[in-house]
Order: sequence, then C-alpha cells, then structure tokens
Amino acid sequence: MRLKLSAEVIKGDLVERVAELSGQNLSACYQCGRCSAGCPVVEEMDIVPSEVIRLLQLGQVEPVLDSETIWICASCLQCASRCPRGVEFSSICDALRAIVLRKRLSGSVVDADEVTRTMVSDAPQMGVVGALRKLNG
Amino acid sequence: MEHRIGVFVCHCGTNIAGVVDVKRVAEELASYPGVAFSTDYTYMCSDPGQNLVKDAIKEHKLTGVVVSACSPTLHEATFRRAGVGADLNPYMVEIANIREQCSWVHQEDKPRATEKAIKIIKTMIEKVKQDEALEPIAVPVTKRALVVGGGVAGIQAALDIANSGHEVILVEKEASIGGHMAQLSETFPTLDCSQCILTPKMVDAAQHPRIKLMTYCEVGDVAGYVGNFKIKIKKKAAYVNRDVCTGCGLCSEKCPSKTDSEFEEGLATRKAIYTPFPQAVPNKPVLDAEHCLYMQSGKCGICAKICPVDAVDYTQKDEFVDVEVGAIVVATGYDLYPIINIGEYGGGKIKDVVTSLQFERLLSASGPTSGVVRRPSDGEIPKEVVFLTCVGSRDPEHHKAYCSKICCMYLTKHAMLYKHTVHDGQAYLFYMDVRTGGKGYEEFYQRAAEEDDVLYVRGKVSKLYEEDGKVIVWGVDTLTGQKVEIAADMVVLGLAMEPNAQALELAKKLKIQVNEWGFLSEAHPKLRPVESLAPGFYLAGAAQGPKDIPDAVAQASAAASKVASLFAEKEYHREPIIALVDEDECAGCRVCVSVCPYDAAEFDEEKKVAHIQEAICEGCGACIAACPSGSVTQKNLTDDQLFKMVTAALED
Repeated sequence: MRLKLSAEVIKGDLVERVAELSGQNLSACYQCGRCSAGCPVVEEMDIVPSEVIRLLQLGQVEPVLDSETIWICASCLQCASRCPRGVEFSSICDALRAIVLRKRLSGSVVDADEVTRTMVSDAPQMGVVGALRKLNG
Repeated sequence: MEHRIGVFVCHCGTNIAGVVDVKRVAEELASYPGVAFSTDYTYMCSDPGQNLVKDAIKEHKLTGVVVSACSPTLHEATFRRAGVGADLNPYMVEIANIREQCSWVHQEDKPRATEKAIKIIKTMIEKVKQDEALEPIAVPVTKRALVVGGGVAGIQAALDIANSGHEVILVEKEASIGGHMAQLSETFPTLDCSQCILTPKMVDAAQHPRIKLMTYCEVGDVAGYVGNFKIKIKKKAAYVNRDVCTGCGLCSEKCPSKTDSEFEEGLATRKAIYTPFPQAVPNKPVLDAEHCLYMQSGKCGICAKICPVDAVDYTQKDEFVDVEVGAIVVATGYDLYPIINIGEYGGGKIKDVVTSLQFERLLSASGPTSGVVRRPSDGEIPKEVVFLTCVGSRDPEHHKAYCSKICCMYLTKHAMLYKHTVHDGQAYLFYMDVRTGGKGYEEFYQRAAEEDDVLYVRGKVSKLYEEDGKVIVWGVDTLTGQKVEIAADMVVLGLAMEPNAQALELAKKLKIQVNEWGFLSEAHPKLRPVESLAPGFYLAGAAQGPKDIPDAVAQASAAASKVASLFAEKEYHREPIIALVDEDECAGCRVCVSVCPYDAAEFDEEKKVAHIQEAICEGCGACIAACPSGSVTQKNLTDDQLFKMVTAALED
C-alpha cells in the first residue's frame, strides 16, 4: 500500500470542510495520542481518535467517513480536556457525521414550519435543533 | 551647516532585495535633500560592504550615514565602528531597519514595501541631520564579580573568573553549594558518577584564594550599574557560628527532631540541625528553626550542650553584608514543575509515582535505598517501571509550551540504570519524540533500546490510577493505533524544568528581563547568548532555559569570559544616548525621579532641579515622557528630531 501525497491531496476540499465545520485546527495536533489513550470507548472504535486526525492531516477523509469511530464518539470531551494542543476531537466527529448525513440526504429533511408543539415537548430540544441544523443541507 | 549624508541600502542577500526594489530605493534617495551619496550593495555588513561605507565617507566628505539594513540590535555597532574607521563620529551613523520592519513583514506587497522602505530611510535621514557628535561615557570598573547560585553553572563561572585573576563572591541560598547536580546519580551519556565529577569542583571553589563562598545567603538590595554595583547580601541566621564550627557532626547525630530531607526529595528524613548531604561544601550544619524543639518550645538544647566548640547560637539573627562588584553572573538554576499540577497523574498522591529527581535519589549509591531501586509505598523492588516524558512540558493548553530539553535523555538514563540494577525488570518509556541532540546522545538512546531492552512506546499517557497495589497506566501506541494499558509497579515522571521559584523575584530586583516562562532573557538569542540586555549582568545555566550539564558548564565558562573581558579594560564605556535636564526650565517637580526605573534621576537639593546620573541612565525615555514642562530631552532623540522624522514618514 502506498499513499501518494501532494498539496492537492493534503489540502482537499473535504478536509477544508471538516476544518471549517468543526472549527478545529487540524495542523495543531502533534500526534501525542493522549486522546486515544484516555478515551473510554476506544475499544469500540475501528480507528482511534489520534489516527482519525492523522488521516485528516494526510488528506484521507474517505476512510474516516466510512469508519465506525465517528458514530461511537459520545462527545464526553475527555480527550479535549487533556489535549495539550486544545484540539476538540468531538467537534471533528460532529463535522464528519454532518458531512455523511448531508451527503446521504438531499434537500431539507425537517421543515421549520412543521415542527409542532408536540414534537418540541416530546423530543429532546437538542435533537430538534440538531435535526434542523445538521439534516438540512 | 551643510548636510552631506550617505545612504547605503543593503540587499541582505534576498532578505531585503527579494521584496524591496533596492536599486530604486537608492536612486530615489540620491535626490533627497541633504543626501550627498546613495548606493546599494549585496551584503553591507561584509568586509567589502563596510569598506564601501568607509571609502564613501572619505571620498564624499560625508557628515552623516544612514545604513538601511537589518535591526540596529544586530549591526548598529558594526557600522558605527566602520564610521570611526573613516574618522566620522560613531553617533552620526544611524540604521534604518528595512528588514525586520519592512521586507520580512511585507512579502505579499512588494511595490508598497519599496515605498515603505523609502519612508523609513527618509525618517532616519531627518534624524541624522540633527544628530550631535557624542562621546561614550567612561565609568570605572570594580574588578570583582558576584555569582548568584552555587550549582554547577555558578561554580564553573566562579572558578573561571577567579582563575582569570579576579575576585569572586559566590552566593548560594542553601547550606551547601552543589545544586541539583549533587543530587544526581550518574550522568548521561557517559554514566560518570555525578558526585565524583562535581565534588572536586565544589572543593576547588571553596579553597580558591580568590573565591569568597557565601552559603546560606541571599541577594538583598541591589543598587548601582555596570562596573559599580552595590549589593546587600543577607546572611540567613544559621544558629550555628559556622566560622567556629569544625563540622564534627555531633549535633546532627544527637538531634532528636526529624523532618523530610530536601536533598533526598522527601524520600528520607534529616535532623533539625543538619548538613544537606555528607559531601556538603562547606561541611558545616545549619539549624532549621521551624523544626527545632528548642526554638519552638524552649525544651531540648542538646546540640548546644554537646557542641565541643560552642558553635550553636540560638540567638543568631539575619545579618547583612555590603559588597561592591563590577559584574553579576546569574546562575539561579531550576526547579521541577510541581507534580501537584498534574492531576491526571495523581497530583503527587500516588506514592509509587515519583518525580525524576526522586528517582535519581533511588538510583544513587548514597541515596536513601543505597542505590537499590525500591518503590516508596512498600519498599519492594519494582519489576515493571514506566517512564513518562513531556510531563508538564510541550503542553501549551495546560502547562508549559516549551520542550524541557533534557527529559528524553535523563529518562533514558533512568531506564538504563534501572535495568542495570534490576536485571529481570522491564522498563517502558512513553515518548512523543526522542530528542537526542547532543554528542553521544543518540548512541546512548540506541544502547538503551538494543542492549537494555527498554521498550519505547510512542504516545502520551492519558492517566494514572492505583489498583491492587499497582499503578495502572493508560497509554497509547500511536504507531499501531492501539490503546495500551500497563499495570506498573512504579512510574517515573519526566517533569518540566522551570526557573527556580525565587529567581523571578531576584530578576525583578536586578531589573533584568525574563521571558513569558520566567527564564532569563539573553541580549540576543544567537549572538549574545550569555548576556542580559541590562549591562553588567551575565547568564549561566538552567536559569536561562532548560539545559543539561555540558551546556550549563559551557555557558558558565562563556559568561565568565565575558566578565573577564569587561574586567580587562580600565573603564567601561557606556552609550551616551541618555536623558539630559535643562536646568533653566526644570521646575523641580521630581516626577522624573519617581518614574525612573533605574534610579538614575535624582533631585539636586541645592539647585532645586532634577539631575540625571550619566553613569546609570539607560536612555529608556520614561522621564522624558513624564516631564510636565518638557525640560528633559534625550540626546540624539529630541522632540524636534522626532517631529521631523514623523513629518518625513507622513509626507506623500
């Protein structure tokens, strides 16, 4: 297996999108691996958090989008609290999930006008806001 | 007077010429009023470049020179010397900084960078037009040095200065010189015994006829300036007349009160009356009043009764001694970043998680376990030992952003020495990068991995916790992408070096600069690495930044040679660009006296006006800005000059 690197590969649109959506500086990560070391659900992940960031640094977004990891991360922020470089892995996962979801869905899934009172009282508030934010392309 | 100013535009290779159109700059300035000659050259600071300046001064009878190049901190002195070489007063040579302040910061916009370069040079031409020929201020030099800190750097600096023929006062706050190096077991990469190489130097320093050793002393008030410092040194009450004491040790032997030994990093106890370690220099005890039964409750008094020479004196008070020196070497050393700050590694509460200095004591033949590695909790010999690098360092988010530089090497040494004493043990070393930038260091690291089977694991440990008598290590191997867990018997933390806790206070007293982490700042990171910006202060050892023994010793010798060259001249010549009071205008309000950070401004009681002491004034300009009547001016930087400079900068 050989990975061919070029400026085009490293600075691909999709990587830029992840950086933009997550608000994280992917280049800040120096691969100490502390996020992976302390992650309470790392056993369930197919790619450990530090490797996810490494793949993104190499411009390899696709394998990350196909990974289990981004759906396993529970945003407990253990990793972010200990990261020496202030990188929030959970925000990166948020961005990656959003990209997957938006790819699969076209058009607006949730119409703001159709959000009923019952829906607001029954569904978790964060879920409704999240659906509006993330599922609407 | 007719101005005949020469403008010399330096390319600095491509540093300037790559951005600024140097030819156009030189051409345009040739027609600026007062300019008699204008040219450009690839490297103006080179020998041919300087000759170009000298020749032009003579040929065109120049009255002033503007060298348009890099920062004046780099080559102002160079070009002023060149001016002197052509019989031009050095203060008629000015630098227009078109590198740091122009080409380096405007690489994106070359045409406007060229415009800016022209403006910068014009302002300096305006300045030179009103510059006065000045003479440096000569001050006498007291040829005696003060070295603050008696670690290996301070000892080396003191010895080198003394050997060059000058008196030295070596001040150490602890009861013995030796510093942290005295605590170390063996030293990388040669594994010399630390005591074996250090203690002879300690003795040399103590016995040197030109070194006055002042242990258990601290630097108090500091006054004066380069060549003429007046310093108060506090001799802390030792409650022992150390001039009389023979160092027989009977007092310590019989003292019933024990407390944690600082030298043993809390792994053993010492008495209330004690010498820090058996090879201490001077080998005479001090009494720790806080833990002394007699001092606390009036009972006991055994040491005084037993002392054969009546040296114990419970009534002793702090004393102050005044000394006069010409130069000060600051070698105040380091502390380890406190373990309490690293909560995820137990914050000091897990007994078998030890600091690197504690592990040094466990490895030391003269340590609390006589060199047998035993873990603190139960005294067992640990079979699985984990070493962690970058603890508190390289972590801008929570701790220190800088690399502590020596931890990779000393932890490698720890792991190796551990394997030399516990052959069936396993050492793991968690690292992010193994930094082995020293002579023989890389080979040492390879030896640890190959011959001593130290397992290097690339990754940072997330947390440590206790479980069933073990320390559980949660780490990762980033090379395979696997989370790693080790049930260790003991963990050693490579804590970051930070400046000694009292060093910052001292730096404030000495009025020398420190960086954001409290390490002493050098005058120039490359070209003046052992001097402070404040004249007369020299830096040595870890007080300036994390460094190992070879670097600390080399820097100490370098600082000593700087002191020796200061002492080689009869007088020291100071910059004459200082403040000057117009006595006719001064109202005697004393605002300048209150704002002067160097105590150079004083009030003349007879004339009722302010007076600036030439030898002390640094030309910082604080008094000039503060003076309500505008009667203080800076030589060669008058209000009128500044006004003309600003006008030139704002002209279209």
